[in-house]
Amino acid sequence: MAKPSFVPRALCTALALSLSPPLYAASDADLAEIREQIRQLKETYEARIQALEQRLKDAEAAKTKETAAAPLPEAAPLAAAPPAPSAASGIAAFNPAISAVLQGRYANLSQDPEKFAISGFAPGGEIGPGRRGFSLGESELAISANVDHLFAGNLIVSLTPENTVSVEEAYGVYTAAPYGLVPKFGRFFSGLGYMNEQHQHAWDFIDAPLAYQAFLGGQYGNDGLQVKWIAPIDQFLELGAEVGNGDSFPGSARNKNGVGSGVVYAHAGGDIGASHSWRAGLSYLQTRAQDRNYSQLDLAGNDAQVSFNGTSHVAIADFVWKYAPNGNAQNTNFKLQGEYFWRRERGDFTYDVDGALGLTNTSAYTSRQSGWYLQGVYQFMPYWRVGARYDRLDPGHVDYGSNATYLDSPAFHPERYTLMVDWTPSEFSRVRLQWGQSKTQAGITDNELFLQYILTLGAHGAHKF
Amino acid sequence: MTSFKSWLLAASLGVWAVPASANLNVFATVPEWGALTQELGGDKVSVYVATNALQDPHHVEAKPSLIARARNADLVVATGAELEIGWLPLVTQQAGNPKVQAGKPGYFEAAPLVPMVEKPTRLDRAEGDVHPLGNPHIQTDPRNIARVAGPLSARMSELDPANAAYYQARYKSFSERWTAAIARWEHEAAPLKGTAVLVQHKGFPYLLDWLGMREVAALEPKPGIEPTTSHLAEVLEAVQKQPVKMVIRAAYQSDRASQWIAERAKINAVALPFTVGGDDAAKDLFGLFDDTVQRLLKGAQ
Repeated sequence: MAKPSFVPRALCTALALSLSPPLYAASDADLAEIREQIRQLKETYEARIQALEQRLKDAEAAKTKETAAAPLPEAAPLAAAPPAPSAASGIAAFNPAISAVLQGRYANLSQDPEKFAISGFAPGGEIGPGRRGFSLGESELAISANVDHLFAGNLIVSLTPENTVSVEEAYGVYTAAPYGLVPKFGRFFSGLGYMNEQHQHAWDFIDAPLAYQAFLGGQYGNDGLQVKWIAPIDQFLELGAEVGNGDSFPGSARNKNGVGSGVVYAHAGGDIGASHSWRAGLSYLQTRAQDRNYSQLDLAGNDAQVSFNGTSHVAIADFVWKYAPNGNAQNTNFKLQGEYFWRRERGDFTYDVDGALGLTNTSAYTSRQSGWYLQGVYQFMPYWRVGARYDRLDPGHVDYGSNATYLDSPAFHPERYTLMVDWTPSEFSRVRLQWGQSKTQAGITDNELFLQYILTLGAHGAHKF
Repeated sequence: MTSFKSWLLAASLGVWAVPASANLNVFATVPEWGALTQELGGDKVSVYVATNALQDPHHVEAKPSLIARARNADLVVATGAELEIGWLPLVTQQAGNPKVQAGKPGYFEAAPLVPMVEKPTRLDRAEGDVHPLGNPHIQTDPRNIARVAGPLSARMSELDPANAAYYQARYKSFSERWTAAIARWEHEAAPLKGTAVLVQHKGFPYLLDWLGMREVAALEPKPGIEPTTSHLAEVLEAVQKQPVKMVIRAAYQSDRASQWIAERAKINAVALPFTVGGDDAAKDLFGLFDDTVQRLLKGAQ
């Protein structure tokens, strides 16, 4: 075969330069010339491949004739044109991927869920075990597609059993960003921690860990902007930063311009051999609360209205480790995950904010609290998994200032034990039985039994790590 | 602001300084395309294979290690036909690498280049894990490997024109050896023509079609659904009416169902490597088919 002569040196240089960072400004004429050369290169190349394939086909045919005594199955013509892809057409062709999640449950709770509280921790967001008896869970509708060559979009709407609609996530992703950057904007679950980004139907237990409930009101969402950066190394390293309006607990809506909350995080991860993979991370959230009102029992036994104004800082350390023999999770696999939360709040605290007791008093306030959970889920045979989880919160140190006259610093450590077994007959359905013993208030034990189903319709979901 | 700019500059310089060792960083989703890219690219490519032969390619997660590798890839080589639908779109979106997004030259799919079989006439999840575009396990027919090799080589040249001549020469050499090997395998496997078999998962239509073998039944009641006792009993009944020589399965699958039926139907249970790395003999693409043919011949005895 002749030495290739169709790659002019000038072309190589031009391509090398055009591929390098935008230091080299080519004129239109240059660009046109390069394009033309590339086109010629492609044509030459394709012609050569076709010629080659024809030669192979001929050689094969000749060989088949030679061995005609022992007939061979007919070899496929290598140069056969690939089948034309059956192009979708019509106005429906650009429909986005649509999926729906249906959920329902039966709950048997020994304590009244209306009276749920995590003693020593300010309530906010969606907390508690939910209602007793039969109820529909959140039904979720998800729509996603590439918007154009620059953006992808995703909308996830939650239909609650109370017949309200909430926009869980609605965001755009800029897919053409260079340097490993992934910008995302709109409403989204924050990338902090491990579980926060996952939707509730993807969790391994029916409810969020107590730490998520106490420190983030269940799950931390934001309206704002997120930028992730993936390091250009073989080890997974992701740095992320978010700014948002800060409406979500532990912050609150404040009717102000500017940034209401900020999040930064770093995640690292990788594989150890073929069977183990892991991810670990550190996250930090800073937000502000204004008139975060709730009721709290005071020393005299009154249900007092209290209010917090100030800053809230949350730090999270998270890890997850997954084991599957040779990386094949189909038969058996194991997953261990845990997260540790710290929260520091500082500001003004008003006791009896509505004046119902006639004792309204505002004072400086600081709190330092923490909590964690650890859970393991083991798939012991195809379709069947068992899991166990332990939750614990530390009321830490709460300084009420002059309000200490009315309020007692918490000393009770809330905790919870949970066991579950679930059956996943396909990627699209799951039925779960969960039992928990929850001690979130001194002297009160709630025995919780849940039966839950999760059905997924429509577009194939992503296998998130 | 100045410090931010200098940080950005440092970061971007870092990015551009990375691809040093090889000219083309290739992210292959499954071992067969990793092996093919290596054959065609020689020492001008650095190939990362996202899965191994003992993994079920349908059930892979978007692991951190995959995102990190896709971040630096110049070319993603995938099967397509929705084999990787559960994880590859998520990996490429999270990797922050616009070069390898679907539709870009840095994203290559093999399935559109081969004639697909088993396209479902009824798209319904009640039929199991069906693939709307047809059966995606195209690598079990070596003629499909040949169909993919040419366009893949051309794509590599397009992305790395400086080495186009090198890629072309390697393609020529591979193609000649491959054509000869196909003729050899077909000659060796001639006695298998017409052999009736059971399959555990519907993973072998291309292989059976190539060698003129017949699939009587699958042990999975629906694609991707684990064999049940009642379905196995039906298969056993079918086998008594229509004798088969063996039951075949891929290396990544559990042997329980195959062994169950093999004992009762008095047939051989054959584990095929399915892809490169599926067993010790299947070290490369040539070894894969050498071993597949030998195991089938042994199983048919």
